[in-house]
Formats: sequence, C-alpha cells, structure tokens
Amino acid sequence: MEQRMRSYGALAISNPSDLVFGRAPSPVSCGFDLTIGAGQVYPEVNFTLPAITVSAENWSEIVTQYTEMVTGIIRRAVALRAPGIVLEFELLPAMTECPEWGAEVTALLHRALREAHEKHGLRCALRVTPTDIREHGKPPLLRYGQGCEQLLRSFDLCAQAGADILSIESIGGKEVHDQALLYGDVPGIVFALGILAPRDMAWLWDQITGICARHPGVVPGGDTACAFANTAMQLAHQRMLPEVLAAVVRAMCAVRSLVAFEHGAMGPSKDCAYEGPILKAITGCPISMEGRSATCAHFSPMGNVASAMCDLWSNESVQNIRLLSGSAPEAYTESLIYDCRLMNVAAQQGGALMLRDWLTASDQWLSPQAALLSPEATLEIAAVIVERKSHYERTLGAAQAALSILRGGLSGGAMLIPAKERQWMDRIEQELSGLPGDEKTLRRQVQERYAGIFDPASYGLCESA
Amino acid sequence: MAELQKLHDAIMSGDTKTAVAVTREALAENVDPMELIRQYMIPAMDEVGRLFQCEEYFVPELLLAARAMKGSLELIRPLLAASGRQPTGRVVIGTVKGDLHDIGKNIVASMLEGGGFDVIDLGADVAPERFVEAIQRSNANLVCLSALLTVTMPSMRTTIEALKQAGVRERVKVLVGGAPVTRQFAQQIGADGYSESAPGAVTLARQIIAAL
Repeated sequence: MEQRMRSYGALAISNPSDLVFGRAPSPVSCGFDLTIGAGQVYPEVNFTLPAITVSAENWSEIVTQYTEMVTGIIRRAVALRAPGIVLEFELLPAMTECPEWGAEVTALLHRALREAHEKHGLRCALRVTPTDIREHGKPPLLRYGQGCEQLLRSFDLCAQAGADILSIESIGGKEVHDQALLYGDVPGIVFALGILAPRDMAWLWDQITGICARHPGVVPGGDTACAFANTAMQLAHQRMLPEVLAAVVRAMCAVRSLVAFEHGAMGPSKDCAYEGPILKAITGCPISMEGRSATCAHFSPMGNVASAMCDLWSNESVQNIRLLSGSAPEAYTESLIYDCRLMNVAAQQGGALMLRDWLTASDQWLSPQAALLSPEATLEIAAVIVERKSHYERTLGAAQAALSILRGGLSGGAMLIPAKERQWMDRIEQELSGLPGDEKTLRRQVQERYAGIFDPASYGLCESA
Repeated sequence: MAELQKLHDAIMSGDTKTAVAVTREALAENVDPMELIRQYMIPAMDEVGRLFQCEEYFVPELLLAARAMKGSLELIRPLLAASGRQPTGRVVIGTVKGDLHDIGKNIVASMLEGGGFDVIDLGADVAPERFVEAIQRSNANLVCLSALLTVTMPSMRTTIEALKQAGVRERVKVLVGGAPVTRQFAQQIGADGYSESAPGAVTLARQIIAAL
C-alpha cells in the first residue's frame, strides 16, 4: 500500500454544534478571491450539453453552447448580487479522451469568470472534473494504458488552462462493486469498498495532487462515491435494491472517499458525495452538496438535510435547454442563489443551527439515506471511522454504525422500515458479523469469486494474483 | 427419482447448486429437457418476475434466480442443440459509443440470460461497427442498445444507421433503453422496441422473438 500523506485519527469537528453549513475548520481559498468554508455558502453551478454528439464536426456548436451557458449563469449571478459562485465543468467522456477539447472549454470558462471578476467584482472559481475513463477494458486497467494516460493528461491540461479546483468521480473497485451490489453479496461489497477502492484512490490521488503541485494555485478538491453509493441509491429508488443496503453502502463509501484527503485533497469535495458531511467532520475541509435544487439531475430522498452542513450548494447537472425564464443553467443558478441567501442570512442573524436542524428534521426519518445524514449520525459514523486503523476495518465499522443508527430509528418509533427491508437489515448484519477481522482473509475468500473481473495489478495486488 | 418441483423451488430461491443437481439427476433419468424448461424452469422465472414487478423481490433475488436458471440451462443446451432445437433467441447487447454507464445494461443482460437467451455482451462505449461485427459473427436476432447520457443518445441513431449501411438491419430487431430514452425517441430513431425496465425488456424480447 502507498504511503499515506495524512492520517486521520481524530475528528476535526467533534461537537454537533460546530458541524453546520458555511463553516469548515480548514477553509479553501481559490480562483478569483473566493474562500470556501469561511462563513458563507456559495452556489456551485454544474451544466451540461443537450443531446448532441461530441465530435470534431460539432465542435464549434459545442463551444457556442458552453459560451451561452456561462454567459447566462454569470448574468443571473450578477443580477442577483450573488456574493460568490463556483462553476463546475464535468468533462464528457469524449472531452477526456481528447484532453485538448476539455482544456479548450476550461479556458473558455476561465476567461468568462476572470472577466466577471474584473467587471463586476464577482468572487468565483472553476472546478473541473475529468471523466474517469479508465474503465474501458475488461478488466479495467487503472494504473496504465491509454485511458489512464488520457485521464492524467486531461487533468494536467485543464490545470494549465485555468481550472481552480480539480476533482474526479473515480471508479476503482466499481467493476467488483457493481456485481456484488446486484447480487446482494455483502462480502463482495466490502471487498470492493474496503480493499480495492481505497487502493485505487491512494494511487490516483497521489497523481492528482502531484499535478496540482505543478500548477500553483490549483486546488486538489475531492472525490465522490457516485459510482458506488449513488448507483445504489438510484437503484433503491427504482425498487431494485433495498434502501437499507444502499444506505449502508453510503456509510461504507465514506472510507474510500476519505482516502482522497489522506493523499492531499483539500476540499471542497464533490457535490454528489452525500458522504460529504462525514468527510467534513473528519478532515475539517469544506464540502459541496446537492439536494432539493438538483431535481433536474436525479431523485434524492434527502433534499433538505443534504444542505445542513454544506459549504457549496450545487444543482448536480442541468442540460442547456430553453425554459420560460431563460436557459435551464440560468434558472438553476437562480434557485441555488436563493437557497444560499437563506442559509447565509440565517447564519448572519445567529440562526444557523436552527435552520440546520429544521433542514435535518424535515428529512431525517423519512428514508434510511437521510437518517445517516443528520449531524449526530454523521459524527457517530465519523467517530467509528477514525477510531479504526485500516481501510478495511473502517469500512466494516462504518457499516455497523450505519445499521446501529437505523436500528435506533426503528426501535424508537421514529422510522418506519418495511418488513422486507428489515429482513435485509438482518441479513446484512449477519453477513458483516461473519466477515474475518483481517483484510487478507477476506481477499482469499472472495478473490476467486471475482477473478477476471478486476485486474489485481491495478490495485497493487500482484503478489496475490 | 429426481424431485422436479425442487428445480422450480431452487430457481425461485436462487439456489444454483440445487437447481443444477436436480437438473443433472433428471437428465440422467432421461426426463425430456423441454419438460424441465416448460413445466418447472420458465414458470419459476415467471413467478420471480411477477414478484419483482409487485416489489416483493429486489434485483439480487431476481439475478440469483436467473443465475440458477442459467446453471440448469447450461446442462440442457447441448441436448437441445443436438436435437436441432434452438435457444429462445440470440441477443447482442451493449452501451452505445461515448457512454461508460453499464449497470442497467448488465441487469438486462443477466435477466435475458436467465430467460433462456444467448447473450453476447459487448460492454460499454461500444462503437457501431462492433455491433455490426457481432451481429454478423453471431447470427443474432436481437440487438439491445443502452444509454444513460443525453449526449450519447445520438449514438443510438448512429448505430441503427450503421446496421442499415452494413445490410444487417433487416436481420435483427433493435430494442433501446436507458434513463433519458423515451418511447418517442425510440420511434424517431427507428428502433423496434423500447422498455423502461429490465423485466419489461425481457418480456418485450420474448414477444418479439415469438412473433418472428
């Protein structure tokens, strides 16, 4: 295993009263005069293309689309006197495969933000998120090959072109996790999240922080368990998976997302990382979150509580389509700005904790996902994680803490969990308690089951191949 | 003597080991393979599908049942082939070019396998020419295209155009699906069918094959 750069053995925030939106013990300054986590919540607007093929033939149209989107977003932010804003540019796969394309759009957005800062004094920053395109092969090759080379080059060129924050939705371990999740194989899920994913995160984030170090001022933001926990959440929403399983997966994922910070990430973590509050409690770094104002992108059962501890508030992703009020990215910019205004005024008038608690109480016991996102639950899971040493032990601990919180909600009568979901809680609990105490034994037990699905060398596991 | 009801029950509960053991025993006793399929295996999968549709089962129960069914079918297939009987259908499936999302496609592929189809899974980010090659090589009669991104929906149209240009479009029926895909879009690009769910895709595939 690679050398960790940072080790988190204690919580940065241990008092629930200190775990609140807008404030993080280690704020991040970046971009054009913007400091995140120092008392204000800022909108983070994420926007994407409508149905259009990303190709050389369409490239001028694509550039026009991004120009229109950023112009509209800035116009709305200035009109509403937003105190600051972050734009997130998530590259589409073709823009990462051809890193020059991603860099060209990055430069375009950077220029627009610079002009907005110069002309209107708008504090702003640009987050750029290349697509993790390393999963092309079967099994995916994560540390070498064309996809990996293109990805790392994309980070480098985007940093050079004006990105202020670099992030990724990394996928190491997904090939095993997908299958384990679909078959409800708890040992397989733990293997993917507690052993494979942290190994890939450690390697990948060493690369990303290395690239940031070569480009002064570029901040290594953070990662997200989107490919794992959000996949599970969406499948649960479609009644394909038990909600309790998806919620437990969320808690386990905090461990692999934390590895980004162990290897140099400084925040803000990615918006779709609903494990963000756990990361904030452990690291003290600011986080981005999304919820009720991200309905343009996907369903979420925790739209209010998700904002309770955020430092950036995002819409996840919206297509550039025309609405009555303007373009969809403009409209969602407005929604986010109003959400942030409310939180910031509450904080200025001493009501931050009251608003946080209302946001929490309005969702908390209506779904297993939301139950794990209250400040108290966040701290409970975070505390278990920092008490344990290895990623494997931490993953198991997070799962057990999550189940304990759900049991508490159930036995106290605050939460209703259907009988068939309760059967799954019993099953998950039973399977977790049957897992070995050490990582090597679990690897021996499950590796054969997933042989051929993952590349051991991609996880530094050549000796066990 | 093989207790054939156990085959039904083993598939229902996703118990591959028992399903395979009962099938092996039955075949050794010269039970007609088609009887096993028609009277025990397909009714079990139909019941599993029904329980999934009425939200009694989740995907893990569904896929474990499909895996048990597939285990039994692997013993039966060679006998059917030897007697000249064909599998339910042969499907080429993949997520279209530019799109790396494959979990929905994987669920459909597993369920089709459990439904008795021969499935050739091309993975994700599949270029149109790879679909063409796979159809030509496998003699498939169904093609399933998946997409999760709005920007990769045009790749579905491109793929169907490629099938036409290669002269294989008339040999296959094309089904499409994925979060941003709609029935209207499926019609616009000239697909033969659309489903918004994995079990629905299997039902549709069966209907299409039955009508061929």
